[in-house]
Amino acid sequence: MALLEFKNISKFYYGNQVLKNVSLTVHKGEIHGLVGENGAGKSTLMNILFGMPVIHLTGGYEGQIILEGVPVSFRSPAEAMAAGIGMVHQEFMLIPGFNVAENIKLNRENTRANLVSRILGPKLRTIDVRKNRADARRALDRLGMALDETVPVGGLPVGHMQFIEIAREIDKENSKVVVFDEPTAVLTESEAEQFLKAAQKLAAGGMGVLFISHRLDEIIKICDRITVLRDGEVVASLSRSEASVEKLAELMVGRKISRLTVAEKKSGSQKPILELINFSVDMPGERVEDLSLKIYEGEILGIGGLAGHGKIGIANGIMGLCPARGTVLKNGKQLPLGNPMRMLNEGMAFVSEDRRGVGLLTDESIELNIVVAAMQSQNRFLKRPLPFFTLEDRAAIREHALKMIRELDIRCLGPQQTVRSLSGGNQQKVCIARAITLSPDILFVSEPTRGIDIGAKRIVLDLLLKLNREMGVTVVMTSSELAELRAICNRIAIVYKGRLAGILEPTASDLDFGLMMAGEYEQRGAAQA
Amino acid sequence: MMAMKLELAKNSSVLTVRIRQKLIEMAVPLLFLVLCGIGAYFAQLSPVFLINEIIMRMARNPLLVLALIIPVVAGMGMNFAITLGAMAGQIGLIIITHYEINGITGLLVAALIATPFAVLFGYLTGKLLNRAKGKEMITSMIFGFFANYVWQLFFLAFVGSIIPMRNEKLILSTGVGLRNTIDLAGIRQSLDNLLKIQVVQGLSIPVSTLLVVALFCVLITFFMKTKLGQDIRAVGQNMEIARISGIDVDRVRIYAIIISTVLAAWGQLIWLQNIGTLNTYGSHVQVGLFAVAALLIGGASVTKATIWQVLLGTFLFHTLFIISPVAGRNLVGDAQIGEFFRVFVAYGVIAVTLLLHA
Amino acid sequence: MKERLTAAMDKIGLPRLIIGLFLIVFCVGAAILKLPMSMLLSDMLVRFGMNAVLVLAMIPAIRAGTGLNFGLPLGVICGLIGAVVAIEYKFSGLTSFLVALGVSIPLAVLTGYLYGLLLNRIKGQEMVVGTYVGFSIVSGMCIFWLLAPFHNPEMVWAYGGTGLRNTITLESSFDKILNNFLAFNIGQVQIPTGLLLFFAFLCLLLWFFSRSKSGMAMHVAGSNPRFAQSCGINVNKMRILGTVLSTVLAAVGILVYNQSYGFLSLYNGPLMMAFPAAAAILIGGASLRRATIGHVIIGTFLFQSVLVVASPLFNVIVEGSFSEIFRGIISNGVILYALTTGREE
Repeated sequence: MALLEFKNISKFYYGNQVLKNVSLTVHKGEIHGLVGENGAGKSTLMNILFGMPVIHLTGGYEGQIILEGVPVSFRSPAEAMAAGIGMVHQEFMLIPGFNVAENIKLNRENTRANLVSRILGPKLRTIDVRKNRADARRALDRLGMALDETVPVGGLPVGHMQFIEIAREIDKENSKVVVFDEPTAVLTESEAEQFLKAAQKLAAGGMGVLFISHRLDEIIKICDRITVLRDGEVVASLSRSEASVEKLAELMVGRKISRLTVAEKKSGSQKPILELINFSVDMPGERVEDLSLKIYEGEILGIGGLAGHGKIGIANGIMGLCPARGTVLKNGKQLPLGNPMRMLNEGMAFVSEDRRGVGLLTDESIELNIVVAAMQSQNRFLKRPLPFFTLEDRAAIREHALKMIRELDIRCLGPQQTVRSLSGGNQQKVCIARAITLSPDILFVSEPTRGIDIGAKRIVLDLLLKLNREMGVTVVMTSSELAELRAICNRIAIVYKGRLAGILEPTASDLDFGLMMAGEYEQRGAAQA
Repeated sequence: MMAMKLELAKNSSVLTVRIRQKLIEMAVPLLFLVLCGIGAYFAQLSPVFLINEIIMRMARNPLLVLALIIPVVAGMGMNFAITLGAMAGQIGLIIITHYEINGITGLLVAALIATPFAVLFGYLTGKLLNRAKGKEMITSMIFGFFANYVWQLFFLAFVGSIIPMRNEKLILSTGVGLRNTIDLAGIRQSLDNLLKIQVVQGLSIPVSTLLVVALFCVLITFFMKTKLGQDIRAVGQNMEIARISGIDVDRVRIYAIIISTVLAAWGQLIWLQNIGTLNTYGSHVQVGLFAVAALLIGGASVTKATIWQVLLGTFLFHTLFIISPVAGRNLVGDAQIGEFFRVFVAYGVIAVTLLLHA
Repeated sequence: MKERLTAAMDKIGLPRLIIGLFLIVFCVGAAILKLPMSMLLSDMLVRFGMNAVLVLAMIPAIRAGTGLNFGLPLGVICGLIGAVVAIEYKFSGLTSFLVALGVSIPLAVLTGYLYGLLLNRIKGQEMVVGTYVGFSIVSGMCIFWLLAPFHNPEMVWAYGGTGLRNTITLESSFDKILNNFLAFNIGQVQIPTGLLLFFAFLCLLLWFFSRSKSGMAMHVAGSNPRFAQSCGINVNKMRILGTVLSTVLAAVGILVYNQSYGFLSLYNGPLMMAFPAAAAILIGGASLRRATIGHVIIGTFLFQSVLVVASPLFNVIVEGSFSEIFRGIISNGVILYALTTGREE
């Protein structure tokens, strides 16, 4: 019998369809793999399953979820858990100050009645420490873990933590389905091995396992059936025998691309304008490890890769927003790291992926947002009525803002309008305007079209092209959307696990991109070439 | 996500971290031990007197400091609003004094009256602090100030005018407002005297009160082993994870503050029955400050407080309290300096601990 | 109609609304009870002028991102030291005021700098740490005032005591030096011109600063530190700048306050000074993250005026120091409101 069934699930986020008629079935004792690029819809699907509030607050969903033959609709994670659906998250839900047993039994502790609880209520029942430990021990044993359940969790190696999370799911009596979300992302080889064995044990015990991962070799290894999501749709549903790493990679990535420009490829000067050597960045969630890369003058370089693998960290590290190590050379000259002002002065500008957080002063006017970086780093838009006294040059600011509004076609009520009330696309244009105001040689843009509607996306990409073609700005574009990278970039670098996995032409095959992003290119891709 | 997991893994040398933490914890109490030693040398008080004073304070003060533990465990920092608990206790005392209920009965009735007030005040405080997550300490401090003014409004302006009081002895000569000091002769030492042992002339041990303190230590330890206690610990460690696990975080925090406020109410009763006089507009004002200072001197921090730290801190803080004015007088010829010094120490300890741990 | 009303109420802000209502009610009450309005108005102007600079001191702290400056007593103490020095060396008149400023301002710069370094280490807890650092220094200074090597008999305890007195008169030095400058009357109402001009001058300075490169940098650093970082702004440096400015304004503010009051209050005088100043700017419509000169003016005016009118009113109706209680309830109430209705960061 089908244990868990997703039937024709569709979801719209503010008019954008993120899931289209997704259907998927998990059987009892089955390990079902779910693969797809970032943004393919995996997280949304899981949010729907778990009844996360964000789903209900944005208009709910269409379709049905059926658990053991009964249609269900959870309105909160607590409901989903109570019904027997468990999730082992990417972020650990463990309390470092508690010991293993306490974490496993968190909010489900065994308790005994005592004198006070009979009077004042069940909340004052004594915790049955021995029983809790016994339960925890049992769960750990089922996983084959020899971990001491009385040890505090903080300080344990990462691999252990993953298992404690699984043990928690096992301990839940009515656990029917467990969802693993990128479980091996931070495990070592041997830990991953152990993990896969544990997952198989779980399935053998009758549970249904939904295994979400980018590690295609693991998916092939243990999944009985695999569903591939792309752009919110199911593009394939395969059994293990039908699938291969290459096939999965290709399915994940493939789509029609329309190149925005008949690449009259600027015969790029062979001179690297920026060179990274053994560059590492400490950005939480997007670490870069020992990456070496050359960026050529006048090109549009794309940087792609899966989320969390470090592509976002590169620009942030270069611009000094996150701690970085290694060497950065501009035109052969080494630059000091961790110094944003210096980078600005060296002709580099950055449009951050975090538009509202880092990219804008949301409560300030358009004109202020546009000029402030140039004012601080290049002393522009200032009057000097007395020595040592500077004063903002309102007239110059206004004039420049109006010019930018005109040139970039920023739809607004005027230069004094607060940025908060602009649409996403226009906000992005303000960010780009600020970067342009600095007259940079190199422009780093991260996730330029995130959260922007289709129409505005084209405009932003056109803008970047114009900057490159007409003003000679070297553009380094980091994006999760491979399609847009392939649309306007001269070359595309793919980052995997913090390192450079390779550089591809935009016209390279879907397979190559898929393999490189999944870290399989070296093994298999090269063999194909 | 990925990086957080890696960072957690790097904390492998748990032992060295533990040792370092222990040293930091012990640093402050040790410093104060030395200070007390120096002060005691200069104060040159008779040992019998000193020991008597210390024992007396170890009996009447700890409950007020114990009241601070649970909010710390709940991750809410130092509950400066125990002032409201003290006020609840004082309401009980005013009422029994008004109706002239004396002795240990009077004290118990006062406790009975004070408790529902303390629960209400604690509930209000808890609700307020839930709306100021991340800024609990400053909010509880300001709320304490606010409540003090409301107290004055009530007892200075309303009592006698809008609220008639039959017992004339309590009212100010003008006819409106409660007297500045109220003699608590009726219940004075009522708890202490229940079981008092006189060792020598000038040195007596209020065993009954000490037993009550010990009882509360046991009760608190027991409480932390209950389901609610475990929930409080979880919320204090990580609100998000507790919430996702299904714990009603806001409710748990309110419980923590209610318990704290009730303990403070009873603590203030114990304190006042020993002192014997109620300073109507002053007794509750510095309760928060002194209790927090005592706890921190005992080696506690904004995130960790244990019963031993309460006892140690009470001992050190109040010893310093006794010694400073006398030492000041002997050293510099001015007892004032000693008094200023001890207030400076109280504020300073809090400032430094916050600096180090906040 | 109801939406427009609620929208208008939201724009004005609950504190401003309530205090404004109080003010209107009290004024009406005062008129009914035939209290001398001209005297009340003169009082309002004086109280406004003398408190406004201390409230102004809140602006740099809020704009730089360190929240309400509850460490205001630090700056106040610098001002007091300046005043005490001026009196000790027997300066009088305008000179004494200038000497006081000349001593306190450099002291305040240094103090503000050190305090700023401290605040950078405890980002997020500035208010509570500032409170207790302020309290400790005030208490520590009590010992200093007692032991200080000052000899001017106007300041020292009589009859062979050591140390300074609790309150020290400014009659011989700069009492009312600003208030009386160019003062004139409109009917029965006295206008303390010098006081108001001085405040206006400081507002102007602050306004020019906010439009300078550093002023903008400080504002950006306080609004969005990560954005500021990406513009090359050194956020820590800006926070220190804000703290220094705040401390200097506090020092100047206490001198302005005292010259109007006529006395210096040492010992525990400065202890609670931060709170009414914070309350005033909040009443004016500021928040923990946003403050303008307009907020200072409106808030100080509303807060001080309410107290001015309340005092005689209460004396007629109720016995006792009800105005002190009223002040305490309002100021702490307003601060509580600000603490519990902030936007989640």
